[in-house]
Amino acid sequence: MTELCDLTFAEARKLLLERDFSAVELTQAYLDAMEAARGLNAYVLETPEIALERARASDERIAKGEAGPLEGLPLGVKDLYCTEGVRTTACSRILGDFTPPYESFVSAKMRADGAVMLGKLNNDEFAMGSSNETSAFGVVINPWRRKGSDAALVAGGSSGGSSAAVAARICLGATATDTGGSIRQPAAFTGTVGVKPTYGRCSRWGIVAFASSLDQAGPIARDVRDAAILMRSMAGYDKRDSTSVDRPVPDYEAAVGRSVRGLKIGVPKEYRVDGMPAEIERLWAEGAEQLKAAGAEIVEVSLPHTRYALPAYYIVAPAEASSNLARYDGVRYGARVNGRDVTEMYERTRAQGFGPEVRRRVMIGAYVLSAGYYDAYYVRAQKVRTLIKRDFETVFADGVDAILTPATPSAAFGVGEMANASPVEMYLNDVFTVTVNMAGLPGVAVPAGLSAEGLPLALQLIGRPFDEETLFSAGAVIEDASGRFSPERWW
Amino acid sequence: MSVDEHTVRRVARLARIAVEDHEVTKLKGELDAILAFVEELSALDVESVEPMTSVIPASARLREDVVDDGENPEAVLMNAPSREADFYVVPKVVE
Repeated sequence: MTELCDLTFAEARKLLLERDFSAVELTQAYLDAMEAARGLNAYVLETPEIALERARASDERIAKGEAGPLEGLPLGVKDLYCTEGVRTTACSRILGDFTPPYESFVSAKMRADGAVMLGKLNNDEFAMGSSNETSAFGVVINPWRRKGSDAALVAGGSSGGSSAAVAARICLGATATDTGGSIRQPAAFTGTVGVKPTYGRCSRWGIVAFASSLDQAGPIARDVRDAAILMRSMAGYDKRDSTSVDRPVPDYEAAVGRSVRGLKIGVPKEYRVDGMPAEIERLWAEGAEQLKAAGAEIVEVSLPHTRYALPAYYIVAPAEASSNLARYDGVRYGARVNGRDVTEMYERTRAQGFGPEVRRRVMIGAYVLSAGYYDAYYVRAQKVRTLIKRDFETVFADGVDAILTPATPSAAFGVGEMANASPVEMYLNDVFTVTVNMAGLPGVAVPAGLSAEGLPLALQLIGRPFDEETLFSAGAVIEDASGRFSPERWW
Repeated sequence: MSVDEHTVRRVARLARIAVEDHEVTKLKGELDAILAFVEELSALDVESVEPMTSVIPASARLREDVVDDGENPEAVLMNAPSREADFYVVPKVVE
């Protein structure tokens, strides 16, 4: 039955509706594949009973001609999304066995559209990380390996479980979240497509908060079309998220295959960073050529404040995190460590419940927000954010429709390889993606080739606010020209 | 900008995270590295720039001032590490 797992979303949807196989058969094929792939550690919780129950319900709806847009299609859900009656931990010990009595808005929409949940996917603790190595459940193993090597590589982060599961075909598509690159970087490391939508496009309600002004939900999928199908289901207005935007959700799938003739694609010179590997530079140039060959016009653009985005991010994100994570006090949910008084209980609970990276960021956040430092750090970083956004606005006002950049400064690295690096070296993984969150823009990572070592590399397309459609059109051009990439099965 | 050990302890206290004595030096090094990294921002002149408050044009939405959810203590309390009836239990706060 493994061949069932090789179908894309679009293919499986068609065959399900033609009754070639049932949703239960498709789901069972995935459950079997998940069992065989447990060594990747992509899932932190498998939910086979829920999956089969929902698949049976899907088969009934298909039989009655009432199939929803995602009917019977098996999905993995990042453990940052609250799932009704199913343990949700954000891969932190501090949440213990937290079991939400509610479902996040986005996963509820997908469920209402007929999607089948296979289980909860691993991620960096509270989505803080770029390698999935900060997860309380341990690192995710990338299904990709370097040519001639069996060394374990990371699947990126924070959505490492989502990216690995999609690449290993142990789910058809996955939900993910992106605060500084957490959808696009893991997608780039695994040869999958990751979409970080415009801020406000998807509701954050019911998703464990990291940095609320930057967090966005989005999909990781096997190809651009699948990502577009998932996006349509995930996007939409929710009155319970005060930053959710009330505007119609377009048919993103219709944008896949739409011509890019006449589009102006900007190539920002500031993204040509020191020490960029030659193969990344080549990939980038080839991507521009592919778009040009499809009729787009390539123009060099300038985003002068690019280099300040990452430092500003490492003030804004920890500040918001320290505020958001104040709720984990051992009182209302999650794990508790007792103390002599209530303050000692808080302090012990948080010392044992948070891992080292989370603790570091919460402390940095508390520092930059503390009396005497607030203006020097936090307010200054928010001013820099205004400048970063203005850079993009200027370029878009000059008629540029989308911006093409590399997605990551390197291919996937080895598990433990960064163990002795300073936290800042790990942060540099997000150098190309973080500007997009700082400016609230949509961005996609599309696989565009393989490195000399045989690992996937990706390009990023950045769009105008709420113009995800152009990204799907341009992304499909790169995908068609570059081909698709899947790992050889070794697990 | 670098922090001293006293500041590390003060920040840990603000963040309500217990820090053991042997962890302070390591944490100081890590916080220093991050603060050195963000120091680059001081090179920018941001005097006349407005700080960002929202990445998308947004105004606060108003709604009717009515209760539209609640009355479900079981759902609220079901994940509590310690409870009695409809209350959370915490160590004694007032002597």
